[in-house]
Amino acid sequence: MDWIGQYNYVVVFFLMMTGFYVVVARGNLIKKIVGLNIFQNSVFLLYISMGKVAGGTAPIVVAGEVVYSNPLPHVLILTAIVVGVATTALGLALAVRIKEAYGTVEEDEIHAQDDDW
Amino acid sequence: MLLTFLVVTALAVVRLRSLFAVVMLSGIYSLVTAGVFIALDAVDVAFTEAAVGAGIATMLMLGTLRLTGHRQVAPRHSPILPLLVVTITGGVLLWGTRDMPRFGDPQAPVHLHVAPRYIEDSPIEVGVPNMVTSVLASYRGFDTLGETAVVFTAGVGVLALLGIGGRRRRDTDGDDQD
Repeated sequence: MDWIGQYNYVVVFFLMMTGFYVVVARGNLIKKIVGLNIFQNSVFLLYISMGKVAGGTAPIVVAGEVVYSNPLPHVLILTAIVVGVATTALGLALAVRIKEAYGTVEEDEIHAQDDDW
Repeated sequence: MLLTFLVVTALAVVRLRSLFAVVMLSGIYSLVTAGVFIALDAVDVAFTEAAVGAGIATMLMLGTLRLTGHRQVAPRHSPILPLLVVTITGGVLLWGTRDMPRFGDPQAPVHLHVAPRYIEDSPIEVGVPNMVTSVLASYRGFDTLGETAVVFTAGVGVLALLGIGGRRRRDTDGDDQD
């Protein structure tokens, strides 16, 4: 495997799995949302790093013969970032409601209360 | 390299138990990501990430912490099973990307097929020098409209969950048993 040339993928997948681990292994709902954000960000990085062309510049027209980076991943990720924040806001609102209903945002305590019920 | 710094921040997020510090770190994480985006020529994405990811998302999380408290209890389950799942998934992903093109390779398939058409024709067809803007607002205008609909729906959902103005307290309904 070409180690340096694919360093970006290695980092992206490490971050992705870190976020995944936080979502799976941590019980606090806020922490889970942060983990989800890390996961999202790693996907953004994956796309943007695929759009980079060596020696290229930002895709804004300038005079002369220039190599531009690929603008299409940028467009997709621009949309994804905004949608990601919208889902984050929704998740946090749900967490606030859960806190009001159960008095906690820890998954274990919520399950315990449900079982008692 | 900035990417390595990202890894360090993410690891700190996993380890720390003070949620306030975690939220602050996630803000820093977003900001570093924005820096990486600039280095990768994605200036528009970097703007959005810095404003929306590092700004608005961090504010929302701080507001939530104010309402839910900022301590996390120690995890009770053993981390072996999640670690195993995560390691296997990561390994499979790495194995699956072994034949991906090298970073920055101008001959990568992504750069050969659709992108040149936009790079060459969009300044003439749309007249906006910034290609990202012209693709976002013109060629993919419907997609952006859909995005706006999603954000609107999320806003309505948040308002519906949290209540507008003074929320009605639990009164005679039978649905408040806590």
